[in-house]
Amino acid sequence: MSDAVVENIKMKVVANQLPEDSEKIHSMAESPLHHVDLASLAKQGLQEGGVHFCEKPLMGLLTLRCHPSAKQKTAIKSLLGVALPMEPLTSATKGDVTVRWISPDEWLITLSGDKAFDLESRFQDKLEGHYSLVNISGGTTVFELSGKDAMNVLKKSTTIDFHSKVFPTDKVVSTLFAKSSAIIRRLDEQRFELVVRRSFSDYIWLWIQDASKEYGLVVDA
Amino acid sequence: MLHIYCPHCAEYREEEEFHAAGQAHIVRPLDPDACTDKEWGEYLFFRKNPRGLHHELWVHSAGCRKFFNMTRDTQTYEIKEIYKIGEKPSVVDSSVPQEIASGAAS
Repeated sequence: MSDAVVENIKMKVVANQLPEDSEKIHSMAESPLHHVDLASLAKQGLQEGGVHFCEKPLMGLLTLRCHPSAKQKTAIKSLLGVALPMEPLTSATKGDVTVRWISPDEWLITLSGDKAFDLESRFQDKLEGHYSLVNISGGTTVFELSGKDAMNVLKKSTTIDFHSKVFPTDKVVSTLFAKSSAIIRRLDEQRFELVVRRSFSDYIWLWIQDASKEYGLVVDA
Repeated sequence: MLHIYCPHCAEYREEEEFHAAGQAHIVRPLDPDACTDKEWGEYLFFRKNPRGLHHELWVHSAGCRKFFNMTRDTQTYEIKEIYKIGEKPSVVDSSVPQEIASGAAS
């Protein structure tokens, strides 16, 4: 193998999936619930109820996989502004960057959509050694369920125990939500965040409407 | 439903989140080219089907997506032990010869 080929292998290629002009993101990209028109539902639908739903569309999601060495951990901490959570089922937040523990060698990083490419590029520049960072923004979306009955909707949909004694704020679980995969994190006592597959988001939206009917579903824009 | 402890998530979860991946501790022949057809066929296709203790491979497919081993009683469905890949089971049936004890780790 020639040196030139080895050079090519070392070089990691990252392509920006979004338009150069970050203003254009919202005119060019559509959230998977675009057809639902949540903004209109927020105005026309219920204004009070036990469950509040909102979508956090077009966020930046990155999957980091590695067995971090001490040196890599330091580098990752300076890149993210927060240390990788090493304890199972925990998460760490700094500003708009959140890092979730997914498995012993996998973390899910979320941040605002227009900053994902910048973070990805900085990882490629600064982080040495064996690791993989993949932008999965296009394949996932983020929902937020809140309100006094949000936990009841979760109880109907998953087998996880959400009591605050065993499910404190910032705990993360990858599980099945209504039989489709979801990464659920507690934001505070009554707020939960769901990271779901883009292709399942319409199904989950329909499920949430049905499961929330008895409590009253309020759509927040 | 079985209530299964995932050694990676360090938490009990419902069986719904897991998949059974068959018999554990199957050792790939070191030199496949030197195997007879019978040896290779047995490695690929032949599995134990015991009544009683069984060492199985499971995967937490909806959670951390990691594999681990489980010793389970196939008659009572009782889970005797969960242990990580590479570790040796401590619950073994002494009445059957254990090829696991001879150092095969998987």
